[in-house]
Amino acid sequence: MSALLEVTSISVSFDGFKAINNLSFEIGGQELRAIIGPNGAGKTTFMDIVTGKTRPDEGRVRFGEPQLDLLRLSESQIARAGVGRKFQRPTVFEAQSVRDNLTMALSNDRLPFAVLRYKPSKEDDGRVSALAEEIGLSGELDRTAGELSHGQKQWLEIGMLLAQDPKLLLVDEPAAGMTLGEREHTTDLLRRAAETRAVVVVEHDMEFVRRLDCKVTVLHEGSVLAEGTLDHVTANSDVIDVYLGR
Amino acid sequence: MQRSLFARQPSVLVFIGLLALFTIVIIILSEGFGLGIVSTSFIKILGKTLCLCLIAIAMDLVWGYCGILSLGHFAFFGLGGYMIGMWLMYERTKDIVIASLSGGELPATPEEITEAIGTQIFGVVGGAEIPVVWYFADSLFAQLLLVVLVPGLLALVFGWLAFRSRVTGVYLSILTQAMTLALSLYLFQNDSGLRGNNGLSGLQNIPGLTEVPQSVVSVWFFLASAFALGLGYLVAAWVVSGKFGNVIRAIRDDEARIRFMGYPVEAYKLVVFTLTAVIAAIAGALYYPQAGIINPAEIAPIASIYLAVWVAIGGRGRLYGAVIGAALVSLLSSWFTGGQAPSIPLGFYTIDWVDWWQVLLGLGFVLVTLFAPKGIGGLFDRLVRKDAAS
Repeated sequence: MSALLEVTSISVSFDGFKAINNLSFEIGGQELRAIIGPNGAGKTTFMDIVTGKTRPDEGRVRFGEPQLDLLRLSESQIARAGVGRKFQRPTVFEAQSVRDNLTMALSNDRLPFAVLRYKPSKEDDGRVSALAEEIGLSGELDRTAGELSHGQKQWLEIGMLLAQDPKLLLVDEPAAGMTLGEREHTTDLLRRAAETRAVVVVEHDMEFVRRLDCKVTVLHEGSVLAEGTLDHVTANSDVIDVYLGR
Repeated sequence: MQRSLFARQPSVLVFIGLLALFTIVIIILSEGFGLGIVSTSFIKILGKTLCLCLIAIAMDLVWGYCGILSLGHFAFFGLGGYMIGMWLMYERTKDIVIASLSGGELPATPEEITEAIGTQIFGVVGGAEIPVVWYFADSLFAQLLLVVLVPGLLALVFGWLAFRSRVTGVYLSILTQAMTLALSLYLFQNDSGLRGNNGLSGLQNIPGLTEVPQSVVSVWFFLASAFALGLGYLVAAWVVSGKFGNVIRAIRDDEARIRFMGYPVEAYKLVVFTLTAVIAAIAGALYYPQAGIINPAEIAPIASIYLAVWVAIGGRGRLYGAVIGAALVSLLSSWFTGGQAPSIPLGFYTIDWVDWWQVLLGLGFVLVTLFAPKGIGGLFDRLVRKDAAS
């Protein structure tokens, strides 16, 4: 099986600082992957490159079947091609209702004049309800998103990403600031999402990564340091030195 | 969730109802059609105020909902005024010229008429030729089309260049100020073809309707302004109440996030910027025939800043807020600067409101910003909440 996302020897530097250094990465169509690494390892920059926010100085980023060159597309085009991204801080549209947030995220035509004529169909309403069920916000559909708890906002954001129906989901520190119960729910959500698509989770929290029970990629100084099961990489002496040893 | 526009925007019905009531009452009280209690000059002030409310709605759409603090929308308002003004002035001058030439022994040739019109209109800037921009001035239909096309095209090109380069926030505001300043300075030139600092005048006289008294014409324009305001409110409410409205509010609140959701933010901004420019232009085209005169000072940068102040005072992000702000501030402004407000003699100094009104306005703006950040319209929310709670 060919990979869904193929990142080949990308490098990028900011004012001489190499944030990403000859990094290569691959993920298949239905895979859950965790990326770990100390601060400054290039995790966020890596996501920025895949989603089009930052352009690498060199390297290739190919996505999907037939293969698209993501480096030629804008952020919104990449999103429409099927890459969804969840930011570290929960960013939902706080002034709008949970329903409106989800409806905006549904994978419908996103061009202005189509949106101007948009009328919610039965199907869309059904999808919004199903998503709300899945993220545990069925009772909150008509509440303003700003009133939700921190954990609920995280789920709403994950729900919005699922509504986009991306082929690849990039998730930045989903468990930050969550209670134990909320973490379990989040793990379930992500694992279920990975049954039908590729999910990349960037996470600091080892306990959370263990719970995800998936292949792990360790980044360090902008390159891949090790890759494999969590037990495999935590046994790696390089990893122990740079990350776990401290 | 298929709800009608009125269910989603309950303010629409209330607003249209109040506007209709207000219009009918004023017409009944007018000199032209009714009891003669409201003077013609005051009808004109009210009609102009309605036009200012319309441009305030445009400003609220672009700033309050989409988060683009444009400080250049009066340029579109002025351009709309110039476009209709050209027809008004040309046709009226033509009528006068034909009347004065008809006394001759031979009927005047078209060339003679054109030449006389040129001298009449452009003598004041030392010209006699009719500039090429007046090519369509003989046709009402063409000039009405230009009311929409010229400002719309300017907004489209300007917006495309600005948004494509991701110019946002205060930088965009400065850019729009530069646009309106440049346009104003250009129009001040005598060879701009639009009579330099003299501007266009006599616009209150409608060609072909010279026998109709101003008391009647003013009511018709008042009515047209009210109709345009109602329609503009409806269009704006429709735009903001659906998913499009949600997307532009999302652009205002977190541009990057909605971009990563796959929405082409720049295209949305361009649509909103151009649409509001067209609304502003229509407002201007109705305003200047009531004002009677337009000159480049009308589109000085400060005018567009005032527009933002009206919307901020009224409460942005709510359409009726913009209307309240524009109506209140512009009516107060014309009262204070019209010489009706009594001066306050302090012995050593006399407070003359023509000068001090600006200070009062500035103070009011500061107070609203500090104590009612959601503007006057925001106070309605509190009332509604209290009702719901009790």
